[in-house]
Amino acid sequence: MLNFSDLLPYTDVFLGGLLTTIELTVLTTFLGVMVGTLCASIRQYGNKASRRVVTAYVELIRNTPFIVQLFFIFFGLPSIGFLLTPWQASIIALTINLGAYSTEIIRAGLSNIPKGQWEAAKVLGMNFRQTLMRVVFTPAFEKIYPALTSQCIIVMLGSAVLSQISVQDLTYAANLVQSRNFRAFESYVVTALMYLGLAMLMRYVFSLIGKRVFAYREVR
Amino acid sequence: MKALKKLLGKTLIATACMAAAMTATADVLSDIKSRDEIRIAVPQDFPPFGSVGADLKPQGIDVDMAHYIADQMGVELKIVPVTSANRIPYLQTSKVDLVISSLGKNPERQKAIDFSTPYAPFFLGVFGEKSVSVGELQDLSGKTVGVTRGSVEDLELEKNAPTSVNIQRFEDNNTTLTAYLTGQVNLIATGNLVATEIAKRKPARAPEAKFMLKDSPCYIGMAKGEAALQSEVNAIIAKALAEGKLNDISMKWLKAPLPAGFGV
Repeated sequence: MLNFSDLLPYTDVFLGGLLTTIELTVLTTFLGVMVGTLCASIRQYGNKASRRVVTAYVELIRNTPFIVQLFFIFFGLPSIGFLLTPWQASIIALTINLGAYSTEIIRAGLSNIPKGQWEAAKVLGMNFRQTLMRVVFTPAFEKIYPALTSQCIIVMLGSAVLSQISVQDLTYAANLVQSRNFRAFESYVVTALMYLGLAMLMRYVFSLIGKRVFAYREVR
Repeated sequence: MKALKKLLGKTLIATACMAAAMTATADVLSDIKSRDEIRIAVPQDFPPFGSVGADLKPQGIDVDMAHYIADQMGVELKIVPVTSANRIPYLQTSKVDLVISSLGKNPERQKAIDFSTPYAPFFLGVFGEKSVSVGELQDLSGKTVGVTRGSVEDLELEKNAPTSVNIQRFEDNNTTLTAYLTGQVNLIATGNLVATEIAKRKPARAPEAKFMLKDSPCYIGMAKGEAALQSEVNAIIAKALAEGKLNDISMKWLKAPLPAGFGV
């Protein structure tokens, strides 16, 4: 028999997990997109040596499982002297993961900018940095914005794996409650719904931000 | 009618035979002595208590204990390998005289068989680095303890530890063990067998038993109502404890001394 009221005593556990997942997501989305933007710019405009370094990073991360990256950071690095807390390890793992994927996404946007725009900026007397910040980034991001949104949501959902290194996120809460009251169906249904709600919320927030940032398009 | 009588007669004879057989085994201890052989059930699939060694001979705590008891009684030893499911039936059907098979005591078992005094430690406890000074649950306050989620030690810790303890729960025993080995946690709540496993893998980080969460030592099982055998076995265990033999066995197989106050 299903009995959702057995979950009520664990409301705090679920809410705590939800909060942790949100905190991790907000922080690593921000950091990850920063890393991605930087690496995409290097990959697109950098010299040969720096392009190679970034390519190696992107390919390494995109072609290995996230849980292996996480375990390497948490369990592997201590043997060479880097002892990280579960929280630190999670932030680093999520950031480098999103960084690698978003590098490829953002680079696609950058390569899409017509050469004419660069030339126009040059004619106006803008230097490289000014062109990038004022002319290139906004339309580049606008093109890839839906893909970037999806990638950030994928990383949020992927953060479920962090419960493996004892981070008390939403999945950790579900596993813990399930190990206490053996209500597996109820625990995981509630958790799945929470993740669904979070993903929809993220999409909404991203679209709000997008509307503001890309408002220049609107004809008034 | 005649057939029925015949059957009844046979049944009577059979019953008489069984009664005779039962009186013959009424005192297992004198049976052992007259047979000059003791039959002891040991596990074959549960290291370090009992397993098959590289030389294909049974080895482990329970096997060492069986040898010791046979030596002390001055009789031959016959090892009978059993599984945890059939160790008590072997005893109840008189196929063995003693069961030394990492047997824990509980009320259901006590109805079926009798137990000796404990001979080997088996407990859940908090283990940790030598440098961490923790003597009881309250000392954990403010410290981080690794544990396997949903395990008995997890529940014990949650129920009894102060709320300021940071309990880090991992997916399974292996992850908990890795967390300790890599230094991610310096204290873990687990069973003494897991602690032994750590000591084997990385002697430099051999965990020290800090205190017990739940004690469930191993006892020797024997048929019910064998007072003579029970007191003989208890005397041998007491001697082994006094001589340090039990501690030697613990050091050999569990890589740790007997916990303080064992068997007292």
